[in-house]
Amino acid sequence: MSLLHLQGVGKKFNGLTAVSDFNLSMESGELVGLIGPNGAGKTTVFNLITGVHKPTEGRIVFKGEDITGLRPDLITRRGIARTFQNIRLFSKLTALENVLVANHLRLRSSPVEAVIRLGRYRSEEREMIGYSRSLLEAVGLAHVAGEQAGSLPYGQQRRLEIARALATRPSLLLLDEPAAGMNPVEAQELMDFIRQIRQEFDLTILLIEHHMRVVMGICERILVLDYGVTIAQGSPADIQKDQNVISAYLGVETDA
Amino acid sequence: MRRQGLKPPGAFVRLSEAYRQQPSRWGPLLTTVIILCLVSFIHWAGGHLNPYQVRILNLIGINIGLGLSLNLINGFTGQFCLGHAGFMAVGAYTATLLMMPPAVKQMNFFMVPLVAPLRQVELPFLAALLLGGLLSALMGVFIGAPVLRLRGDYLAIATLGFSEIIRIVITNIRSVTNGALGLKGIPAYTDLWWSWGFALLTLVVVSRLIHSSYGLAFKAIREDEIAAEAMGVGLFRHKMLAFTLGAFIAGVGGGFLASLLTTIDPNMFRFTLTFEILLIVVLGGMGSITGTVIAATIVTVLKEVLRGVEAPMDLGFVSLPGIPGMRMVIFSLLLIVVVLFYREGIMGRRELSWGRVLGTRDKTPDRGADT
Repeated sequence: MSLLHLQGVGKKFNGLTAVSDFNLSMESGELVGLIGPNGAGKTTVFNLITGVHKPTEGRIVFKGEDITGLRPDLITRRGIARTFQNIRLFSKLTALENVLVANHLRLRSSPVEAVIRLGRYRSEEREMIGYSRSLLEAVGLAHVAGEQAGSLPYGQQRRLEIARALATRPSLLLLDEPAAGMNPVEAQELMDFIRQIRQEFDLTILLIEHHMRVVMGICERILVLDYGVTIAQGSPADIQKDQNVISAYLGVETDA
Repeated sequence: MRRQGLKPPGAFVRLSEAYRQQPSRWGPLLTTVIILCLVSFIHWAGGHLNPYQVRILNLIGINIGLGLSLNLINGFTGQFCLGHAGFMAVGAYTATLLMMPPAVKQMNFFMVPLVAPLRQVELPFLAALLLGGLLSALMGVFIGAPVLRLRGDYLAIATLGFSEIIRIVITNIRSVTNGALGLKGIPAYTDLWWSWGFALLTLVVVSRLIHSSYGLAFKAIREDEIAAEAMGVGLFRHKMLAFTLGAFIAGVGGGFLASLLTTIDPNMFRFTLTFEILLIVVLGGMGSITGTVIAATIVTVLKEVLRGVEAPMDLGFVSLPGIPGMRMVIFSLLLIVVVLFYREGIMGRRELSWGRVLGTRDKTPDRGADT
């Protein structure tokens, strides 16, 4: 059975169709890329999966459970985490606190226990801090744990956002343009990093990306969206040859 | 990028031990010393200061508690609410009706008699306060459920409206609240032990909550609701928690205030009252416990000091008649100046912790440190 299954998912904003009849099945451990020109509806697909928007049609099934239209925090609890296209860190909180927040969903102690600081709360908190610090170390940010997230350089903010998403202990990770604004060297580093976390955290990853080198380099399967419609899907090699994709990106040649 | 093998979660528990922060050895000791100083000061003040000074100290204590409760909602959780006077009114009236001796009640309700069940009730101070707080918290739940789905300006307007509704209801249910006549002769239980106990307990509870994982969730909501929700923080649940706890503390504070002033009436709980507490929060710094404590002290003292400006003044060339309300003009100007030039307030979001005072604070967030 597939980990994530989207069946005929569509979203209309009043009259505007952002995504229509979107179908996707992801097996555990897969790394799938989602590409398409600007405004093609890629981020909308992410927002539909994570519950930010409710689909106007279709069904989303995750681990065999229908999660269509569930609240975002409940979807995250079920094991889907994401990053954002325009970084959305808690910029006034420290890097460590950013990651700690994402541990909060596993906290079992009640607010009363947290105020009294009973044994259970203490051990839960200790575990959360330990886990967050090891995550920061894993993404190479341990040395800036106490810095304000908003004051970190761009590349570090991107990595911090991934670390924060990982702290929710997801089985499916959605990365929205992780390489945006990175130079080729940084993008290469990021690819290595994504491969690494995928292995170490046993992740399934869905990735939106404009950096073709990144997409073609690490994705096993690619979906191409244009005007909300899936116009192609297949291996990177197939996609590169696909006539529909070429015309969507470069325009169609017309005979004069 | 550093490569490091991450092991399954079980291993992190051991790993985390290594990261466990060394609790400051001096922190608890210094906190104890401060509390002992405060206790001996209150003991001394009871016998040596005049009633006027004691009354100001009482007000400071109550205002610290009230300021912290509003800061929990507005400053830490970022939900701009303006309904504090409403919660205080609920707490003040409930506590008053529960602790007032039946004989005094009979004297108060000479126009419309008090409803039967309340006529004979006389509870101890603490029980009356807690019940006042609970009823106020219950109001918080009822109001919060629809209103906390709103954001920003709308939330502020809706809570302001709610607070006015409470006041008008209180004015009109004369068989319970004695209407516009108010209630007089409330037993004066509030003393320095009570008011400062209230301040200290609120300080400990709010500070510990803020420094816990829940507090972090509050701050995450303040910073970015969408990201917080995407990280699994239930928005409604956490806003509700902050709002209800804030309402509870406001209700208890209202009870203390009623017992300190020994008389209450609906007009006391106008928006001006919310404004006074908001002034404390903004002046001290939205999101700073230390700031609220400092600002509560300053504002309360300043309110007394500025009494002079409301008295008739003779400037030599012109003599001004006394203008009641002049103090509020000055406070409003102060608020404008703070918002224009010094938006962070006294403390911004900073806190005073022992680590900071002693200069031993490392760059990790000091969790659980007492202010």
